[in-house]
Amino acid sequence: MRNNQPLRDVSPTRRMTAALLWMVGLLLLAGMTLIFVPQASAQNPTPPPAISDDQVNAIAKEMYCPVCENTPLDVCPTQACAEWRELIREKLAEGWSEAQIKQYFVDRFGDRVLATPPARGLNWLVYVIPPIAILLGVFLLYSAFRAWRRSAPPPAQASPPAAGSAPASDEYVRRLEEELRNR
Amino acid sequence: MSEVITESTQKVAARSRPPWGRILAWGGLAVLLALLFFGLLRTQSGGKRIGARAPEFTLTTFDGQTYRLEELRGKVVVVNFWASWCKPCEQEADELEAAWRYYQPRGDVLFLGVAWTDTDKKSLEYLQKFGITYPNGPDLGTRMAQAYRITGVPETYIIDRNGVLAYAKLSPFLSIEELKSAIDPLLED
Repeated sequence: MRNNQPLRDVSPTRRMTAALLWMVGLLLLAGMTLIFVPQASAQNPTPPPAISDDQVNAIAKEMYCPVCENTPLDVCPTQACAEWRELIREKLAEGWSEAQIKQYFVDRFGDRVLATPPARGLNWLVYVIPPIAILLGVFLLYSAFRAWRRSAPPPAQASPPAAGSAPASDEYVRRLEEELRNR
Repeated sequence: MSEVITESTQKVAARSRPPWGRILAWGGLAVLLALLFFGLLRTQSGGKRIGARAPEFTLTTFDGQTYRLEELRGKVVVVNFWASWCKPCEQEADELEAAWRYYQPRGDVLFLGVAWTDTDKKSLEYLQKFGITYPNGPDLGTRMAQAYRITGVPETYIIDRNGVLAYAKLSPFLSIEELKSAIDPLLED
C-alpha cells in the first residue's frame, strides 16, 4: 500500500525554497573556500623573501673585511667583500637578526670585522684613551696658561716710575734701539 | 711685615708640595705615547722569523677533524693559507694537491689548508673544483693568520719535525719541484 503511494506533488513555492537553500549552501561553501584556501597555501614551502641591497648594506656598512682595510663592507669592490655581502643576504633570508649576523661574522673572522669594536679586553682602550687624552690636554693647557700669566710682567702703571727703575728702562731702550739698528 | 712673612711661607709650602696634577698629566701622556709606540712597532714588524718556533695553532677542518701543531711533532707540516676569491691561489692548487699525493704515503708529511676570510660555501666549492684531498679548514677568528702575521694569500709555511718554522713562501708555488725542494731537505734530518 505504502509502495503504491503516489509521488509527492512538489509545489512551485517549495521548488523555489529548495533552490534558494541550494544557493545559500553554495555561497557558504564558496565563502569557506575563500577563508581556508589561503591558510592551506601558507603551509606550503614559500620562496625566501627577497632581500634588498639596502637591507644588506644597512648591516654591511657597520662591518669591515680584513682583506680591505679601512673600506666598509658595503662599498668594498673586492670579490671577498661581495661574497660576505651575499652571506649577509642569505642569513637575512633565513630570518637572522642583525645582531645574530654580526655575531656570526665575529665568531668566524674576529672582532676586527666590526666598525665599532666591542668594549672588552684591550678594546676598552679605544673608548678610554680619547677622553683621557682630551682631559690631559685641557689640564696641560690650563697649567701652561697659568704659568704664563704668573711669569708675565705687571701691566704698565700710570704713576711715574720709581726712582730706581729709570736706568734699567734706559738700558732696555738702548738695547732695543741697537737691535733695530742692526737689522 | 707679618703679612709678607705669611705670604712667603705659603709660597714655600706650595713649592715643597709635589705637583701631583702635573705628574699625573705627564705620566699619562708618557703611557699613551708608549702604547702608541708599541702598537706601531707591532704593526710594522714583519712575519714570523725562519728558525724560530712556529706559532701553535688548532685547526678544525670542514669535516670536523682537529689538528694541533703540538701534537704533530715528528712530522713536517705544510700550512697553506688560501681563499676561494684569490686567483693566485688557483695557480698553485694543482701543485699543492700533487705534492700532497706524492708525500702522503710516507706518513711523515702533513699538508693543512687554511681558508682565510672565506665563506664555507665558497671554500667547499673551491676544494671540490680543484679536487683537493688534504685536510682543510676555516681560520676561525683569523687567529692563525694573526699568529703567522700573514699579509695576504696565498702564503705557505713549512714547519719541521721539531716545530720550528723552516720555510715561508709569500706567493704561489709554480711547480711541484719547487715544493719538493722546500720539503725534502727537512725530511733528511
